Amino acid sequence: MSAVIFDNVSIMFGDKPKTALPHADQGMNRAEIQEQTGQVLGVHNCSLEVQEGEILVLMGLSGSGKSTLLRSVNGLNPVVRGAVRVNDGDDMVDVVSCGKQKLREIRQSRVAMVFQQFGLLPWRSVAENVGFGLELAGDAGRADKVKTQLELVGLKDWADRKVGELSGGMQQRVGLARAFATQAPILLMDEPFSALDPLIRNRLQDELLDLQRDLKRTIIFVSHDLDEAFKLGNRIAILEGGRIVQCGTPREIFSSPADDYVADFVANMNPLGVLTARDAMEPGSGGDEIEAETPIRDFMARLKDETLSVTENGQTIGQISAQSVVARLSA
Amino acid sequence: MDWLTDSKIPVGKTGKTIFEWLRDNGSWFFETVENVLDWVIELTLTILQFPHPLVMIAIFVAITWVIQKSWKTCVFVALGLLFVVNQGYWDETTESLTLILFACLTCMAIGVPIGIAAAHRPKLYRAISPVLDLMQTLPTFVYLIPMIVFFGIGMVPGLVATVIFVLPAPIRLTHLGVSSTPKALLEAADAFGATPQQKLWKVELPYALPQIMTGLNQTIMLSLSMVVIAGLVGADGLGVPVVRALQQVNAAKGFESGLVIVVVAIVLDRMLRVEQKS
Ligand SMILES: Nc1ncnc2c1ncn2[C@@H]1O[C@H](COP(=O)(O)OP(=O)(O)OP(=O)(O)O)[C@@H](O)[C@H]1O
Ligand SMILES: [Mg+2]
Repeated sequence: MSAVIFDNVSIMFGDKPKTALPHADQGMNRAEIQEQTGQVLGVHNCSLEVQEGEILVLMGLSGSGKSTLLRSVNGLNPVVRGAVRVNDGDDMVDVVSCGKQKLREIRQSRVAMVFQQFGLLPWRSVAENVGFGLELAGDAGRADKVKTQLELVGLKDWADRKVGELSGGMQQRVGLARAFATQAPILLMDEPFSALDPLIRNRLQDELLDLQRDLKRTIIFVSHDLDEAFKLGNRIAILEGGRIVQCGTPREIFSSPADDYVADFVANMNPLGVLTARDAMEPGSGGDEIEAETPIRDFMARLKDETLSVTENGQTIGQISAQSVVARLSA
Repeated sequence: MDWLTDSKIPVGKTGKTIFEWLRDNGSWFFETVENVLDWVIELTLTILQFPHPLVMIAIFVAITWVIQKSWKTCVFVALGLLFVVNQGYWDETTESLTLILFACLTCMAIGVPIGIAAAHRPKLYRAISPVLDLMQTLPTFVYLIPMIVFFGIGMVPGLVATVIFVLPAPIRLTHLGVSSTPKALLEAADAFGATPQQKLWKVELPYALPQIMTGLNQTIMLSLSMVVIAGLVGADGLGVPVVRALQQVNAAKGFESGLVIVVVAIVLDRMLRVEQKS
């Protein structure tokens, strides 16, 4: 079942957002629309289905509309046209038209958010920040839940400190714990790790993947870093100038970029994390067997002095060697 | 130039007409306010003056300890108040403290809600801003006259005049604190489903608290600066000896009572000052 459905979502900023829609429909870009109508294009006609339990990454350059699209899911940015349907247990609720009360319920129990600049309340302790969402929802038994979350993100010993005393990485752990604590099945993350230095960023990415393995939430993750997107995303949607230009698995995007913009992105990344044995095999058979979907990175070292057979459902479908990998990379 | 002065715009007359109308038609209101205020002020004064001054000083030092946790400040407060007793101004000081207490209660009770409302409605703030300027710049004597007309002579007109002069401070500072709440924090609250009430109590007010406390401190200091004016309209307190010294051209008395006011001001400031932690 879907967790979130973006149905032809358009968002404009300005005093008369509706007036800009016809211009956007004609395919004008942001600068042209702003010149003619004075309105700023946020996103235009974005459609996307996010499945339950998947991590979908919204990717794109600065100003491409990633945050704008993400923030429509919990109504932080008003949608001018279209619908954003969110799974509310047994039915899909359109947050654009559902009314204030329903929107609040969804924000309290269905959709939680993690912010780039953390958005923590500095006068509160770590535990009080983690319990913030539960407190707003009037959850009386929140002490236990907060404790569980703090253990999960490794901040048990810091519960009573003020958040200001924590490093950036730890503060974002508090942000993650606050979002996880509400048990909301859908998480929105707006570049949660980009304010952190690379080492901490990597560690938190790994921790997020670990948590996700157990918790199986639906995560919509905004990033402008392709390596991060490929590492975390089950699927990636690439935005340009407020429009989705391609959406697919990391491999699909890497192997067949939809246009030059996407190709430019892909050109700057390390392909070994994406390509699998299948992508670099050549006809033939020989040596130990390896599954077709195994990432090349996992068996690179062995290729130095052996050739491996690539198998699918027990059948050998080709072989892979150092030469065939080099051939694929330089293609 | 005769044409310009011939038809003088009747500002003063209009003001007088309004005051007279208010006096004639609102007398029941002003009388009730006056009676109630007189009663609570009398009661508070009795409580403050009942214990021996040294007992009161001990209580003040204890309060200082609870708030400031610094023995230096405690010693300072004790010495300052002992000096006041030594100069023979203890009764006047308790009278002024009573006036300040009620001025602060009134100003905070009115000022904080107005400040919050103004922070949420920029239009409202633009509308009241000139009124606040007026309240602070209008020479006090101008509204002392109608005060006496409405409330007679005594503590109450002094209190009302003080409130008019001081009220803009807590309004301005509350407005500043609440309206400077970072957007990111409000958005985080929104994202987790906060109601407007929850946003106010759990985000905006805690964020604005240091500013509101600064507002309280200013309210106290500004109220104290009004004691001489209050003395002019017959309010008891430290203003009375100043006014009397002025009438008698008594330099010694004027200096003495002026210094006591300064000492009381510094003592109150040290007692209640909130150190802003960065
Ligand atoms: N509240 C707003 N008012 C006016 N314009 C806005 C607002 N929010 C976003 N925009 C504009 O909408 C466009 C898309 O912004 P958005 O924040 O979604 O980009 P982004 O892809 O998240 O970029 P970044 O990587 O810089 O965060 C930008 O041109 C931006 O200036
Ligand atoms: Mg953004």
